[in-house]
Amino acid sequence: MTTAYRPDQRLSPVQWARKNLFSSPGNALLTVAALAFLFFVLRGLIHWIFFTANWEPVSKNFKLFFLGQYPADQVWRPGLMVLLVAFLFGLSWGARGGTVRAFAITLAVGMGVLGLLPVSLEAISLRLRLWFLANPLLVGLGYLAGRRLVRGVRPLVIGWLLAVLASGLLLAGVEGIPWLPPVSTNVWGGLLLTFVLALVGIVASFPLGVLLALGRRSSLPLVKALCTVFIEVVRGVPLVTILFMASILLPLFLPENIRIDRILRVVIGMTLFASAYMAENVRGGLAAIPAGQYEAAKAIGLNGFQTMLLIVLPQALRTVIPAIVGQFIALFMDTTLAVIVGLLELLAIGRSIVQGNPQWVTLQAEVYVFIGLLFWVFTFSMSYASRRVESALGVGKR
Amino acid sequence: MTPSVHHGPVPFWRDDRVLKAAAQAISAVAVIGLVWLFVSNVLNAARQRGLDLGFGFIDDAAGFAIGESPVPFDPSESFGRALTVGLLNTLQVALVGIVLATILGTAIALARLSSNWLVSRIAGVYIDIIRNVPLLVQLFFWYFGIFQQLPPVRQSLTLPGPVHLSQRGLYMPWPQATEATGPWLATLLAGIALAIVAYRVLLRQQIVTGRTTHPALIALALLIGLPLIGWFAVGGRPFAVSIPVLQRFNFEGGLRLSTEFAALLTGLVVYTAAFTAEVVRAGIQSVSRGQVEAARAVGLTQAQLLRLVVFPQALRVIIPPLISQYLNLTKNSSLAVAIGYPDLFFVGRTIINQAGRAVPVFALVMGVYLALSLITSAIMNIYNRRVRFVER
Repeated sequence: MTTAYRPDQRLSPVQWARKNLFSSPGNALLTVAALAFLFFVLRGLIHWIFFTANWEPVSKNFKLFFLGQYPADQVWRPGLMVLLVAFLFGLSWGARGGTVRAFAITLAVGMGVLGLLPVSLEAISLRLRLWFLANPLLVGLGYLAGRRLVRGVRPLVIGWLLAVLASGLLLAGVEGIPWLPPVSTNVWGGLLLTFVLALVGIVASFPLGVLLALGRRSSLPLVKALCTVFIEVVRGVPLVTILFMASILLPLFLPENIRIDRILRVVIGMTLFASAYMAENVRGGLAAIPAGQYEAAKAIGLNGFQTMLLIVLPQALRTVIPAIVGQFIALFMDTTLAVIVGLLELLAIGRSIVQGNPQWVTLQAEVYVFIGLLFWVFTFSMSYASRRVESALGVGKR
Repeated sequence: MTPSVHHGPVPFWRDDRVLKAAAQAISAVAVIGLVWLFVSNVLNAARQRGLDLGFGFIDDAAGFAIGESPVPFDPSESFGRALTVGLLNTLQVALVGIVLATILGTAIALARLSSNWLVSRIAGVYIDIIRNVPLLVQLFFWYFGIFQQLPPVRQSLTLPGPVHLSQRGLYMPWPQATEATGPWLATLLAGIALAIVAYRVLLRQQIVTGRTTHPALIALALLIGLPLIGWFAVGGRPFAVSIPVLQRFNFEGGLRLSTEFAALLTGLVVYTAAFTAEVVRAGIQSVSRGQVEAARAVGLTQAQLLRLVVFPQALRVIIPPLISQYLNLTKNSSLAVAIGYPDLFFVGRTIINQAGRAVPVFALVMGVYLALSLITSAIMNIYNRRVRFVER
C-alpha cells in the first residue's frame, strides 16, 4: 500500500525516494532494473565518447561545419551578423520583456558556456572564445539600451528589418566595396546555410500562408477550392518530392531566359512546403476569433478588408506565434533534406568530409553524432524557450 | 447633420453578388493564366530538348536492376513494373515500421506515465533527444555510422536468436511453410472465430443474467487451445524454422534483411516511436481523473479499470493523431533515397536520371503519395464520425 502524503508537504529526500522510487516491491524492482540499464548505457556511452571514438574529423573541420566553403578571410562577416542578432535580442528583451526574454537568455547562456568550455586553447582559439563571450555581453548591453532608450514597438521592427537587410548585404557582399567583396551563394554552407534556408523559408512562407488560410475560409467557392487543393496536395506528399521537383522541374516551368540560383530553387520549394503548413496554423488562429469580433467590426462600419487587417488578423496571428515557432523548428530540421538535392548544408558537409577523406571512412558515427548534437542544442533550446514564451503568454491555459 | 440615406437599387460596384463574382473571375483568370504559362513553358522546353511528356514509356524495358524486392524483378521488365516494385518496398518498410513503432511507442508512453520517477525520466530523455534531432541525421547515423561499419560476413556479430549482423545484412531465423501449414492455419482461424463468438455470447449472458461468465478468460482459452490442439493433431510440424548457417561465402537459410532496409527501419521506428509515445501519453492523460476515481469507487480492479474505462476513452483521442503519425512514417520512408533503399521515390529518381522522364514520373510518384494520404484521411474521417460523442 502506498503511504499518503499531503499535497503541500515538503518531502525529505528519503521520503521522496520512497514515494517516487520504492513505493511497492514491484516499483523497487523497476527502479533497480532502470538503474542497471542506466549504468550500462552511460558506461558504454562515456567509454565510447572518451576512449573509442576518434573526433578528428570533427575537430579539424569546425569551420566547414559552421560556414561551409565561406572564404576563410571573410568569416568576420557571419560572425558580425550573429553579434548583431544578439544585440537586437537584448534590445527587444529590454524594451518589451516577456516574449523574447527566453530566447535572449538562452542565446546568451549558450554562447557564454561555449566561450568558457574547459578545453585547451588549441580546440577553441582565444579569438573564438572572445567572440563567444561577446554575445552575452551584447545581449546585456542591448537589454540596458532597450530599457532606457527604446519606446514602443516601431524602433524594434525597424531595427530587425535593418538587421535582415544588413545581414543579407554582409553575407552576400557588395560589388565595388573593397572590404566587402561579393561571396557567391555557391560557397555558403554548413550551419550558416541551414539557418539561411530555414529563416528565409519561414519568413517567405508567412504571407503566403496567411493568404492561403484566408482563401481556404473564403466564401468564394472557386478561391476556397483552389486554396484547399494546394494545401492538401502539398501536405500530402513528402518534402523530398517537393524539393526534387523544385530543383529539377522548376527550370522547365519557367521561360528559358530565366535562370535561378540552386539555393533559391530549394528555398522556393521549402517556402511552398512551409506555406501549406503555415496556412493550417493560421487557420487555427482564425477559427479561434469569436463571431462577435466580426459583428462588432461590421457595426462600426469597417469593410471586409479593414475587418481582416485591423481586427481579425492581429488577434489571430498573436495566438499562433507558438505554433509558428514550432514550425520554424520543424523547418530548421527539414533543411537537412537539401542534402538530397545537393546543397552543402550542415548534414551534407558532414557527408562530404567523410567521403572526401578515406582515412575517416570508419569514423562516420562520430560525425553524425556531432551533427545530431549540434541540431539538438539548437532545436531543444528553441523549443525550451518557446515553451517559456507559451507559459508567459498563457496560451493554452485560459 | 442628417444621415444620408440611400434610396433605390445598390450600385453594382457595391453589390455583394457582383463583387464576389468579380473576385472569383479574377482569381480564375489569374490561376488559369499561371497554369497556361507553366504548361506552355514546359511544352516549349520539351520540344526543344526532345523530351517526351507522355506515359507511353511505362511499358518500355527499364534496363536497370533493383537492389531488393519482395517480388522478382529483372532489368528487362518494364518501367511500370519497376515503379510497382518501388511501391511494394515503400509499403513493406512502412507496414513493418508502423507495427514496431506502435509497440515501442506504447511501451515508452507507459514508461513515461510510470509512477516510478526514474523510469519516467528515462523515457522523457529518450523523447526529448529523438524528437529534436532531424530524422535524416538519424538515418545517416544508423546507416553510415552503424550498419555500414559492421564487420565482414566471416566475423559477423551474433546476437541471441541467432541473429547475425554483418556488412551483408541481417540474417535471422524465419519460419517456413510445410505441407502441414494449411490445416494448422485452419485450426488457428477456427480458434479466432470461436473465441469472438464465445466472447460475445458469454458477455451478453453476463449482462442479462448478472452472473459472471468469464467471457475474456474462455475466449482466450479457445484462442490458444484450438491452435495448440491443432499443432499436434495435424501430424508433422506446421512450420520448419529455417536457421541461417554460415557457408563458404555467405549465410544460407533464414531471413535476410539488407543493411539499407535494416537502417531505414531502425531509424523510422526509433524516430516515430518518440512521437507515438507522446500521442499515447496525451491520450491516456486526457481521461479525466474523475473517471478513474469513479471506476475505483464502483469496485473495478486495476485491469478492468484500464480495459473498460481508460482505454476506450483514451483511444478516441489517440487514434486520429496516431494515424497521422503512420502517414508521416510512410512519407518519411521516402528519405530512403539518401541511403539507397529502393523505395518508390528512389526508383522514380532512377528512372528520371536514366531515362529523363521527369514530368510523368513526378506526376506518378506524387500521385501515389497523395493517394496514400487521401486514403488515410478518409479512414480517419470515418473513424472520427463513428467515435464522436453523441451530444444532446
